[in-house]
Amino acid sequence: MRVNMLSLQNKVSPEDFAPLGDDCFQEEALDTEEIGYWKASWERLRANRIAMTALVFIVILMFFAFLGPKLSPYTYDQQVRGDEAMWPCFKHPFGTDRLGRDILVRCMIGTRISLIVGMVSAVIVMIVGSIYGAISGLIGGKTDIIMMRVVDIVYSVPEILLIVVIKLIISEPLDALINTVPAFKGLQKVGSGLIAIFIVYGCLYWVGMARIVRGQILQLKNLDFVTAAQALGCSRGRMIREHLLPNCIGQLVATAMLQIPSAIFTEAFLSYLGIGVSAPLASLGSLTSESLNGFSSYPYRLIFPAVLISLIILSFNLFGDGLRDALDPKMKK
Amino acid sequence: MQTIQYIIKRVILALVSLFAIVTMTFFLMNLMPGDPFMSEKASEESRAILIAKYGLDQPVYVQYGRYLKNLAKGDMGTSYVLQKGRDVSQIITESFQTSMKLGIRALILAVIVGIILGCVSGLNKDKLPDSIIRIVTSIGISMPGYVIASILMLVLAVRLGILPVSFNRPGGAVMPIIVLATYPTCYLARLTRASILEVMNQDYLRTERAKGMSELVVVFVHALKNSLIPVITYLGPLTASILTGGFVAESVFNVPGLGRYFVSSISSRDYTMIMGITIFYSALIVFMNLLCDILYKIVDPRIKFD
Repeated sequence: MRVNMLSLQNKVSPEDFAPLGDDCFQEEALDTEEIGYWKASWERLRANRIAMTALVFIVILMFFAFLGPKLSPYTYDQQVRGDEAMWPCFKHPFGTDRLGRDILVRCMIGTRISLIVGMVSAVIVMIVGSIYGAISGLIGGKTDIIMMRVVDIVYSVPEILLIVVIKLIISEPLDALINTVPAFKGLQKVGSGLIAIFIVYGCLYWVGMARIVRGQILQLKNLDFVTAAQALGCSRGRMIREHLLPNCIGQLVATAMLQIPSAIFTEAFLSYLGIGVSAPLASLGSLTSESLNGFSSYPYRLIFPAVLISLIILSFNLFGDGLRDALDPKMKK
Repeated sequence: MQTIQYIIKRVILALVSLFAIVTMTFFLMNLMPGDPFMSEKASEESRAILIAKYGLDQPVYVQYGRYLKNLAKGDMGTSYVLQKGRDVSQIITESFQTSMKLGIRALILAVIVGIILGCVSGLNKDKLPDSIIRIVTSIGISMPGYVIASILMLVLAVRLGILPVSFNRPGGAVMPIIVLATYPTCYLARLTRASILEVMNQDYLRTERAKGMSELVVVFVHALKNSLIPVITYLGPLTASILTGGFVAESVFNVPGLGRYFVSSISSRDYTMIMGITIFYSALIVFMNLLCDILYKIVDPRIKFD
């Protein structure tokens, strides 16, 4: 082979073009183990000590709320004669209230309600908000403008006011529905108060999620894979389900997670006002407001529910922050 | 020109939103079981007379039309139950003054303390002050208002006796202000911190340092200005929520503000009061957000008008 002395070309030999053996790929594969999105996120989450501590707390709180009442000798509405207004002691670690009800069990039930409210409403918000936001973002144009104005309107509603109004409207028909229709009998245990709260969340709280999802969809919409899917005749519904939402799932989960504390806040606040869960069921909000009568002599009645609810919200806040950073490192601040 | 166009468009949208909220509340309100006079210890007959007197026996859309007509004239009607016979607009103005006095003081406190904490935290990233501030603010945003209120009451008023429980005594406003300011202070601190961390890494600050600017000038003249932009966006919703969200503080500390009518007007079905408060509060929220958006665009020319 003639080689030009001035040429900058590399010297090549025919061996360089020989096919590689199978073993060399294996060698490469060894040090680039494929890490999926979820696994990578989990690794990032696990490295975050604060978030992991919060997760541990959440798990402990769940045991406390769901297993605790089963282990306790008392029930939340049981009035133990002779044990009225006791200070924390061995028999009643959190003390008892004026009617002789064990505050520990009542706190467990309250925690259970807070956790249920938080998680169910996060799911509701995620479903309603993501569907609404995805439709608005994908269709665009006039539909988008109108749908986003609706979001603006719901956003500026004084929410507590509307929550109370809606709750009063739906409570009665809901009660009737639950008590007469056999299919809804199972809901009796949950109580119309709680279901009304869920419905209200479904009506009001999805707007933040809808905005975030719409923003994401608007970004994704212009990417090539969407055009490709469109060219292949993908329908809009399928586009949302199979292409767009899975691509913003990280933000979806993170936003929903951060929704939990605010839902718990609102429920506790409503119960504090006496329009949340109905007595004798206990919520951390109603426990706090009950304790206000004579709390100078029985401060423990205030301290336990107050510390518990703060702990729940703190854990979810910290875990939510960690989850957001882990699921979506770009969003990290 | 573009700015004026944008502002006009936003004002019209705000008015449309307000109208939608008024309409929605009016019809929802009438769906509630019961009526304003259900708790009167009067015979069926006199109740019927009362209902006829206020025109509540007419179809809802007729009532709605009449309400809008009066509203256009600036007449919000008179209260049915809570302060019978008094003008709703008068009640709102009067009691809102108290709420506003508390709210504005809380707002100023929150903005000053929040931004300072955020700056200290952001400029000392991962050092001791940062860790302390982050822990404190995390706890602060996790405590519901009523928990803070009850604990303050227990510790400061009942146990230590430093502050009076009653709002009317001197120093009585301190605890409601703290309750109102805690959440926004902590939130602002976190927001400012995040924003400062983001700005500190930007190229233009490196340029400043390379030019030999002192760290003080870099931070206070150049970094802070840009990192406060996201804080401005939060100020609108914050002002609205402090001014409207005084319910907890007002009910725990017996403050004669607007917040106490919030729920009582609904539970007593005082229709005109419900409407009055809804209109007032939503107008406050809508226009605060509007003001902020406009301010945001003026402060930060990088944001395009759409």
